[in-house]
This record gives sequence, C-alpha cells and structure tokens, in this order.
Amino acid sequence: MSDRIKQVVMPKWGLSMREGKVTKWIVKLGDKVSVGDELLEVETEKIASAVEAGDAGIVRRILGEVDTVYPVKTLLAILADEDVPDSEIDAFLSTYVPPVAEEGEEEVSAYQNVTLPVGEIRYAKYGDGAKTLIFIHGFGGDLDNWLFNTSGLADQFTIYAIDLPGHGRSVKAFKDPSLKGMADVVLSFMDELNIDHANLIGHSLGGAISMKTAIAAPKRVSSVTVFGSAGLGADINMDYINGFISAESRREIKPFLEQLFFDSSLVGRQMIDDILKYKRLDGVPEALRTLADTVFKGGTQAQTLADAFKATGIPLLAIHGKDDHIIPASHTDVVKGFAKVELFADTGHMSQMEKSKEANALIAAHAK
Amino acid sequence: MSNNPFPLPKEKLLEAYTKMKTIREFEERLHIEFAKGDIPGFVHLYAGEEASGTGIMMHLEDKDRIASTHRGHGHCIAKGVEVEGMMAEIYGKATGSCRGKGGSMHIADLSKGMMGANGILGAGAPLICGAGLAAKFRGDGGVGITFFGDGASNQGTVLESMNLAAIWNLPVIFVVENNGYAESTSIDYALAVDSYIDRAAGFGIPGVTVDGTDFFAVYEAAGEIIKRAREGGGPAFLECKMVRFFGHFEGDAQTYRAKGENEENRANKDCLKIFRSKVTKAGVISDADLNKIDDQVLARIEASVQKAKRDPLPTQKDLLTDVYVRY
Amino acid sequence: MARNLSMKDAINEAIDLEMTRDPSVILMGEDIAGGSGGQGEMDAWGGPLGVTKGLWGKHKERVMDTPLSESAFIGAAIGAAACGMRPIAELMFLDFMGVCFDQIFNQAAKFKYMFGGKAETPVVIRGMVGAGFRAAAQHSQMLTPLFTHIPGLKVICPSNAYDAKGLLIQSIRDNDPVIFCEHKNLYASMADVPAEAYTIPFGEAAIPREGKSATIVAYGLMVHRALEAAETLAKEKIDVEVVDLRSLSPIDMDTVIESVEKTGRLVAVDEANPRCSIAADVIASATEHAFKALKAAPIAITAPHTPVPFSAALEDLYIPSAARIADAVRKQVK
Ligand SMILES: Cc1ncc(C[n+]2csc(CCOP(=O)(O)OP(=O)(O)O)c2C)c(N)n1
Ligand SMILES: [Mg+2]
Repeated sequence: MSDRIKQVVMPKWGLSMREGKVTKWIVKLGDKVSVGDELLEVETEKIASAVEAGDAGIVRRILGEVDTVYPVKTLLAILADEDVPDSEIDAFLSTYVPPVAEEGEEEVSAYQNVTLPVGEIRYAKYGDGAKTLIFIHGFGGDLDNWLFNTSGLADQFTIYAIDLPGHGRSVKAFKDPSLKGMADVVLSFMDELNIDHANLIGHSLGGAISMKTAIAAPKRVSSVTVFGSAGLGADINMDYINGFISAESRREIKPFLEQLFFDSSLVGRQMIDDILKYKRLDGVPEALRTLADTVFKGGTQAQTLADAFKATGIPLLAIHGKDDHIIPASHTDVVKGFAKVELFADTGHMSQMEKSKEANALIAAHAK
Repeated sequence: MSNNPFPLPKEKLLEAYTKMKTIREFEERLHIEFAKGDIPGFVHLYAGEEASGTGIMMHLEDKDRIASTHRGHGHCIAKGVEVEGMMAEIYGKATGSCRGKGGSMHIADLSKGMMGANGILGAGAPLICGAGLAAKFRGDGGVGITFFGDGASNQGTVLESMNLAAIWNLPVIFVVENNGYAESTSIDYALAVDSYIDRAAGFGIPGVTVDGTDFFAVYEAAGEIIKRAREGGGPAFLECKMVRFFGHFEGDAQTYRAKGENEENRANKDCLKIFRSKVTKAGVISDADLNKIDDQVLARIEASVQKAKRDPLPTQKDLLTDVYVRY
Repeated sequence: MARNLSMKDAINEAIDLEMTRDPSVILMGEDIAGGSGGQGEMDAWGGPLGVTKGLWGKHKERVMDTPLSESAFIGAAIGAAACGMRPIAELMFLDFMGVCFDQIFNQAAKFKYMFGGKAETPVVIRGMVGAGFRAAAQHSQMLTPLFTHIPGLKVICPSNAYDAKGLLIQSIRDNDPVIFCEHKNLYASMADVPAEAYTIPFGEAAIPREGKSATIVAYGLMVHRALEAAETLAKEKIDVEVVDLRSLSPIDMDTVIESVEKTGRLVAVDEANPRCSIAADVIASATEHAFKALKAAPIAITAPHTPVPFSAALEDLYIPSAARIADAVRKQVK
C-alpha cells in the first residue's frame, strides 16, 4: 500500500545537520511534480536550499509549515498518483510512526583525524561503494564545502573529503605551501588509508591540487573532476583572496563571501560565523598568506597544468560556473580539446554547491 | 562536691558546655544534612573551634556587639541566637532568622548584638570599630568584638581598623581564630610575622595568644582584655590557636592537610573533650550531668531540623520587601 | 581539532596556552593552586571550583597563590601589567571587587588616559559572577553594569565554552585592563572547542539564533534563557532573533540596531539589577538609533531591584526566567 504513497521528508544535508526550517513551499496542493522538481525551500544553519522531489506524483498533502523547524527525516509532504484515494492517504497518516531520532554515532565516526608527515589531517568518510572519491576543497575552504555532494553520492561510492593543511581542522603550520606540497599531502593521505587509486574531485585550488596529484602519480588517479578550478589560467581575483585573508569581522568578510555565489543570499550567518571561527584560529591568517603568496605569487596563478595533465591521459571533467567571479569560466578553454567541459548558467564559483544535483550526476557518470 | 578551681560557677560552666555542645551538634548535623543534598549553597562549619567563640562570648551581654565571619554559626549560637531560627535560615525557610534571605553566611540577630556572619573577609573589622565608637558615645560600657580567620587577618580592612581603633582608643577586640588554613592555603605561606603579638604591637595594640582548644585559656585571656576595653583601656588583639574539624566548606577533599591530621585533631585537640576532662577530673561536674546536656542538645537539634524541613518557604511577596526602610 | 569541552576546561586551556606561548603571562589568586605552605598536596584546589587546577604543575612559579589581600595582589597585578607583564588575577567571586575596587577603577582604568596615552595595562581580572548557586547576597551578583560604567575597563561575559576560550585569549593579549566575568552556572556547559588557540575580537556580538519578528538581547547565562524563550515562541509562530553581546565594553550596538531594524521589537535581558543596567543601556541606545523601526516599546527583563536572596524559592524568582522573557515578546507582538 504505502509504496503508492511517497513521502517527502526533511533532508539531511551533511553530517552536522539535525534540523531544518521550512521557509517556503514552491509547490502547492494538487501540483503534479516530476523527479528533480523543486518542492520547497529549507534553511539550515549552514545554507538554504531547495528540496527536490525524489519521486513523481501529485502533491496530496502538505504537512510541513512555513517558518517551522523540523528534525531531519520529519514527514513534510505526501506525493501520490491521482488514483490513490484520499482514504488510503489518511489511513497511511493515521498509522504513520515518525522515525526515531538518530544517534550522533554517525557523526562521530565520519569525522576522523589521521597523522601524516605534514601533521594532523582531518577527513570525513562516507559510504562504502566500490569506487572511491576523494574530495579536495579550495583556498580557505574545508571538507564541509562538499556537503551536498557527499550526501548525494554516499550511497554509490566510498567517499573521503579532507581538510588541507592550514584549513578546517587540520594542522595549521606546514612547510611546503606549493601545489606540489599539497599533492604530496593527498598522496600521503592515500598511502596512510591504503587507498591504492581514487577519483579526485577538486574545487578551485583543490582542482589544481587534484590535477597536480594526477601528474605526480598518474597510476593512482582514475579520473579527475574539477569545479571552478585553478591551475588552468593566470587570472585569479586577488581582491577576493586578499580580502578573505584580512577580513576580521562579519561585516568585513560578508561582501567577499558573496562574490563566491551567483545568488549572494546563500551567504547565511552561520556560514560567515563558521569561516570566522576558522580564520580566528592561531596561525590561520599566516597559513593562508603563505599559501596565497606561493600559489598566487604576484597576483597570478603560479602554475598552469593543462599540458602536463593532458599528457597523463587521465579523464578530466571540468565544471565551471559561467558567473564565477573568482576564476573566469574562460579558463576551461585550454582543456576543451581533451576534457569534458560543463559550464553552468547562473552559477558562481561554488558550482558544486550551487548546482549540486547536476554536479553529482556528472561526478557519478565521470568516476571510474 | 569539692572546691571549684575554675573562674566560673557550676551553672555557668554548664551553660558554657551547653553552648559548645550545641554548636558541635549543630555543625555535625549540618555536615550530614548537607551531604544529603537538602541544604542549598555552601556552609562553613565551626566544629572544633567552639571554645573560642564560647570562651569570649561568656563575657558578653546583648549590648555588646560582635562581627562574625563566613564561619559564623558558632558565634551566633554562643551569642544567644536561637538555634531554630538559624536552622530554618540555613534551609532557606521563611521562618529563618533572616526570613530565608541571608542564608548560612549572613545569619544575624541585632537584638542579640550579633551584627552578622559575613561573606566578605575582613569586613567585620571596620564595622566593629563603628560599634565601639557608638558604645563610646553612648557611654554604656559596651564592647565590640570582631572575629576573623588567619587568612582574613591579611585583609587591608583588618589592618586599617587596627590602626583606627588604636588612635581612637575604641573598646574593640580583634580576635584572630587561627585554624592554620585559609581555604587550602597554610598560614605558614600567608603570614610574614611569626607572631600576631608582634603584628599587634606594630599597631600599638597589646596582644595575647592562647590555646583556642582550651575553653578556660580563652575565657581568662578574653576576660582581661574585655574588662580593660570596657573601662576605657582601648583595643586589644587576641589570637586563638585552634583546629577546624571539617573541610573549608562542605565538599572540600582536604588534600592539603598532612596525613592523619584530622584524626589527630579529633583525638587530641577536641575542645569539648578537653573541657569535659577538666571539669570531671576536678570533680566539679559529673559525666552524668554532661551526658544529660548532650541528650538535651541532640533532641533540640533534631527538633530544629525537623521544624526547618517542615517550615514554609518564602514567597513572591517576600522577594521585594526589606530593601529599604522606606523608598 | 575540536572537542566537546566544558566552559571551565576551556578557560583552563586558554590560560595554559597563553602561559605556554608568552612567558610574561602570570597567574595569581587565592587558592588558584592551593596547598601552599602546608604539609599536604600542592595544587590541592585549583580555585574553589577547580578551574585553574593543573596549571601550577605546568607553570610552577608563574602560578602564584596569594594571601587574602585583594587590594594588594590585584593592585600588584595592575602594577606589574604597567611594567610589561601580562598578569591574570583571579578574584574568585567578582563580588569581592568591593575590597580592591580602587586599584581597578581609579588606577588600572585611568592610567592610559590620565598619562596622556603613554601607559598600557594589560591585566585580566577574572572571576565568577551570577546567581543560581544559592550563594546568597555577597557571592551571586551580576556587577557588570558597574564595571561597564567605567571608561578604560573592558568588560567581557561569555555565554559558552567556545566564546570563553577565544575571549579569554583575546583578553590576555589585549593591552587594556579586562574584567572577565565567568558565570558560575555555565562552568559545566559544553561546546565544541578547537584545541588550538584562537581569539574572538571584543565588541562583536554573536547571533545564536536568527529571526524576524523580535530581537532578544542578552549575555552570559541569560543567553540560554533567551534561547529557551525563543524556542517556546517558535511553537507559537513567533520568530525570534537572539543577540549575545559577549562583550559589554566595548559593546556591539551596531548588531543590536541592525537586528532591531529588521524585527522592530526589542527585549533586553539582564541578570543585573534594573537601574543603570546593561539592559537599560541597550534599550536607550536602540531607541535613540532605531526609533523609527520600533513597532512596540522595548522591554527590559532584569533581576528586581533587590540584593540576591538566599532561599532557592526566592532566588529562582529573582533570576529572569524564560517564561518572563517569552511573555515580554508576546506582549510586543500582540
Ligand atoms: C574579600 C574576600 N576574599 C575572599 C573570599 C573567599 N574566601 C572565603 S573564606 C576564605 C578563607 C578564609 O580563611 P580564614 O580567614 O583563615 O578563615 P577560615 O575559613 O579558616 O575560618 C576565602 C578565601 C571572601 N569571602 N572574601
Ligand atoms: Mg583559617
């Protein structure tokens, strides 16, 4: 009976999400929806986003009220085809048992630390699929930048997301702030966790690190997917880089973070607070400065990797937001000849977040 | 009954014993009740120190004032504050000596000349100078006694007050109840001079040191300086050396003490045992007399605890009263 | 690396990290190690609630027990600060400020200005504040308005372990005298705290909860009461924003005003007594600068104008409750 009744529940975007607030219903009762249609908007402490339909059907019940906070997995709406009678839906609801709140166990096990030659590195691990993905964030980011991707792909892959040195909750002081140094960290991470080979997915500077890692150890990299990648051209928005490093307050940093997104309203209070928390750790501004001075020396990208990467023969997928204000989308031109290039419209530098659904489908198809 | 070798007649000795025993049982009982979790906040127990407060207070009348400390239950009882009201106060009840507003650290009964236990170390010293000044103006022969611990003896307020009392020739007695510790810190760390008498001398005040576990030593020394003060002879300083049986406050693990220190204190420095042995050996009071008092005291403490538990709590309307005389 | 840490441990860690980093940082106070001069254990206490426990073992003579002479040792900390040290002086209960206030408000607070900007006094005076411990009238006060009134003093009152660590490290590194107010009923409260040193700048309020229909401004323990009230009100579809001031001097009125401009309603909560309180100050300022945005008269929820009562029955009425806060918001929204 109940497989004819499809539930729409409060999603769990990332490990730390425990609840979300319904901010707006995009659909109304009686609307016919297909898989992937946006149903409602939900705001979490980290980000606001739309909940998409996982099933097709007619919106038969709307249970989640606007401006109300619900725990993850709370039933928010019912979808069902026309031929399902109301009585069946009512019967379902009358016997519906809300899922018991999950223990924090998952969270504890997902975030882990590993000691590498560079120092302590934090990573998260999800899923246990046959193919392995390693996510590498960009300058000033951390593994939570992949929230929507890791949660969307965990049922198909074994996923690792790491905090680079100087970032997130990994070691703050490190010796070699070059692309090569970072690639060494990725490889030593793979060694330590006995990952023989993996698909690397990098964002921005993490894209360049992914490609550099592939160049250094081509046998160990099955494919590379990059978002808004560095390492393809000389331009880099140094106003952003310098502003990000020097900003000390919410007010100062907000305009810089807004440059990351096409829709700047995505920059919420919690995102800003999290970044400030990180930036206020002793050693972080220095680490970022040294890193920027090395990889963006003289206000341009120190290394372009397209030719060297092409030589490896490893498949490359380059995704870029057309409205990226940090690294221009035109940089992907140099890889057009040998890579699959996808340009997202109405998308900024955080394309993996802004268009997570499309991004996840492309990552999944590209992974070897 | 043989000759009484003590400076007090038998009834007075029995009264002193009753006071000391009441203090002891009051504190022993609080120790137990506190552990049960029924008593809010923190309490500092006077057990072990009874001879000091009692030996001094036996010389005082209601018109004489005392300023007490955070460890004030003993001073209260010795000065005649009702045990029942004190117990209710410690339980936070409306029937308490301070209507539940003060608590253990702030019990007062001005009608008995008890100007309050005090949560601020050394705060009683300037106040008692005021009491001495008032007595002097009134010319009623009243005296003021301020108590402070060895720790609080290092408060600026105490030192300033000693000088003030000396230059104004106030009828004030400074009593340091030296139990060797301020919280966990030894007096050997905190006091630069070897003797309080030397320190008092520096202020132009005569000082005397006594064994504070011996009621009679305290009684005699206090008698002399109180008499002198009443007669216009000015302030004096009295050091009572003593021990505290419990921790600084309830819940103190006391790891700062030497091994076996508490046991040694209970065995050989118990002012009640010492008193009992002296008066029975002299044949002035029998064990049976004292045992009878023990029973009466225990019954009174038991009744006061039961009453305190039963008594009503203060209510909303009590919250806003007593801030001003009129506003 | 971050762990779930109590505010008490976060404070201990902040002091430890700074003492390790900077040899000019010294710690002094009554029984902060404990056992000095005795025949039992050294470091027997770590303060009456064990907040500084273990620091003596690591930093030895830079952790100094003091005699019970606050005027002298607080003054000495201030003097040493004026001579290049970075002392942290613990006053145990900030109510004891009474016996050493001159050194703080006539000396430390005024050096910089009085000496034409040529002096710096990087001293931290830390201690417990607040009611709810059944500690009665002289060990329970929230004297923050008193300290805040005095130019030259910086006044901090964290509401959680994360803020406590970052604000205390900032206090130690700051070159002005700081009164660091630790709510004794928050020592056990847990939060995610990075192991590394970090600082939180003064004069930056936090927004632990965002909302659109009313602003509750609070600090210290009251932030938790405000959040509790917000939770209740959310069930009634009243969407409340909570501003945690964290630092009372300097104070982040910009954030308060921004919030009030958005919500149009202001409830200021203060565990201090009402007259000349932080709540009164916040309301005055917000009214002056966001008058047009106000849809209802601002309300102050504070302790009554009485000393802190001892009896639990009275003390619970004394401390502003979530219910009183929620009622105030309801009144404004109606
Ligand atoms: C001005 C002030 N400083 C500190 C305290 C905290 N305190 C309460 S009792 C105490 C120790 C007192 O030692 P002592 O004076 O020797 O008295 P004892 O407890 O031994 O009777 C301390 C430090 C206080 N109440 N007031
Ligand atoms: Mg003492």
